[in-house]
Amino acid sequence: MLMFGLYSAGLCLVKGLNQTNMDNRFAFGLWIFLDLTVIALGAGAFFTGFLLYILKVKELGAVINSAVVIGLVCYSGAVAALLVDVGQPLRFWFTFWYPNVHSMLTEVTFCITCYLTVLLIEYVPIVLRNRRLRQVPSFLIFEFELHKLVYVLAGVGTFLSFFHQGSLGGLFGVLRGHPFAFREGLAVWPSTFFLFVLSAAAAGPSFILLTTWLVSKISNRQLVRPEVLPLLGRISGMLMIAYVLAKTVDTLIWINHTSPGAGVPAWQYYSWKPFGTWILFAEIVAFGLIPALVLLTPRLRLRSNWLVSAAALTCIGIALNRFVMTLQTLALPTLSFDPFLSYFPSWQETGTFLGVVGFGVLVYSFSFRYLNLFPQERDLEQPEAAPVREPALAGRY
Amino acid sequence: MSARSYGMSIDIDKCTGCGACMVACAVENNVPPAPEGVNERKGITWIRVFRLDNGAEGVDRKWAFLPMLCQQCGENTPCVSVCPQQAVQLDPATGIVGQMPERCLGCRYCMAACPYHARYFNWWDPSWPAGMEKTLNPAVAPRMRGVVEKCNFCHGRWHAAKARAAAQGRRDLDPADYVPACVEACPTSAIRFGDLNDLENAPERGSFRLLEKLGTGPKIYYQTQRDWVREIAAAPGGTERAHG
Repeated sequence: MLMFGLYSAGLCLVKGLNQTNMDNRFAFGLWIFLDLTVIALGAGAFFTGFLLYILKVKELGAVINSAVVIGLVCYSGAVAALLVDVGQPLRFWFTFWYPNVHSMLTEVTFCITCYLTVLLIEYVPIVLRNRRLRQVPSFLIFEFELHKLVYVLAGVGTFLSFFHQGSLGGLFGVLRGHPFAFREGLAVWPSTFFLFVLSAAAAGPSFILLTTWLVSKISNRQLVRPEVLPLLGRISGMLMIAYVLAKTVDTLIWINHTSPGAGVPAWQYYSWKPFGTWILFAEIVAFGLIPALVLLTPRLRLRSNWLVSAAALTCIGIALNRFVMTLQTLALPTLSFDPFLSYFPSWQETGTFLGVVGFGVLVYSFSFRYLNLFPQERDLEQPEAAPVREPALAGRY
Repeated sequence: MSARSYGMSIDIDKCTGCGACMVACAVENNVPPAPEGVNERKGITWIRVFRLDNGAEGVDRKWAFLPMLCQQCGENTPCVSVCPQQAVQLDPATGIVGQMPERCLGCRYCMAACPYHARYFNWWDPSWPAGMEKTLNPAVAPRMRGVVEKCNFCHGRWHAAKARAAAQGRRDLDPADYVPACVEACPTSAIRFGDLNDLENAPERGSFRLLEKLGTGPKIYYQTQRDWVREIAAAPGGTERAHG
């Protein structure tokens, strides 16, 4: 998968973006949609850090290392895909040299670069806690010193993440030329700025819940205490319900005020098949309200199947929102004599993204194998031999 | 020199759809031809003539031609504010929205932002059929692969006009000094060009501008005596048929 990805990305870099199915009208494609999704799912890193170190929710110490690795994988993968996506990757530093402070994309570039650095620094102590590396005394001292910084890093990370998650939403909210995406807001920030922050914070814990569950199934081990996953679910559910409410209010304002003000009645957008009103319903109710209610109901949350399904629905809902904001926005016509557009990614686009996924799985697997991603795992393994308790516990978390 | 605000007035009723403006534009600005057999949405056409019809059948069917180019938005210019590295700028001295290909990252955010789809990406390295490179205009640099480009009211001509005026000891341009290639090439004089601030010589403000309600202040005005053309222009996105 990694080799195929490298080959696809190489083709796009050497031969140019004519290898993709994007065009002058569909200027963004699969990559931007997936980048936005992946970055939203990677939000678990900053939000878990924030809850653990700033709000002192101690139970989350069980997943913080894993969350940092997931964040690192998601962000580095997204940046790698972006570098293939731009026409002149070697000019990426121009954004720092000639920044346009009015552009949401400048803000995204600045924050993501800084935050990726923060994630790398947060990753270092996890690496240094490897048993073999601990035998080197200077590494041990370095790790100890670095550990004092963790609160600062968590704070900085939260601040940076807040802004770039928001700015990714702002990217589309400021598009005055696309009444479908354009939103009014507070000062320079359109409402999508705040919606993206909230939705990313809601999806992050769900994604960590999902990955922890998946890794535990694959490795056939108990990684965290049984109460940790429902706690993640509850956090996700609370944020999700707040997001669903905010999104509903925002949608109503947009339908009744913003969109008609730009000369387009909102029903117009949903007259293009396959994007009927079902997509709005799916985004807000089926993949928003329903998983939020499941996660907020203690009885359902404690059942593994319900918990995991609701977390998955939450993640799908966020992906759907990113899809609507990126691809549906571009597909809809603006001029009266424009056609409705369709787009399907080329194999080079898909391949590049599969390569990014391959890279992510590889980094995570190596980290899981050699590093201590789940600190509770060792304590949970010790009391007695594993095989006896596995069947009984498997369904509990 | 007072600030200028260059704009156009296009008379749709005079446009015959001959496409001379498109050819003149491509030749003037060294726009490379797209490789054979590509999707029409991947080619570069700084100006493009759309064919509209009134939707009636038989003898009642009527046609109109609408030349479409960068609308040089003067307010809330969508592409200027989104560019992360200031490769797009609205020149306060001329009102022209300029694109700097040497600084463009190729992120295509400006293309997503433009409601008129007047921006084009260089999906390929520019190349011309053998022999045709002799027709290239030495006053305009061809753009490299991976950057965005668009109509800039023939910026090369503006620079040349400024240089000529300076050589003659004039600080200011006369209206006749600077005329874009499409305006010059139009056989029916359907396209009029000028400084919208210059009340004596300004092109007439036409009957409508495209997507006026978005509040982007486009500086291309369209004129027509036909109601159905005005209705099409004012209709919501995607409700009418067109033929690029």
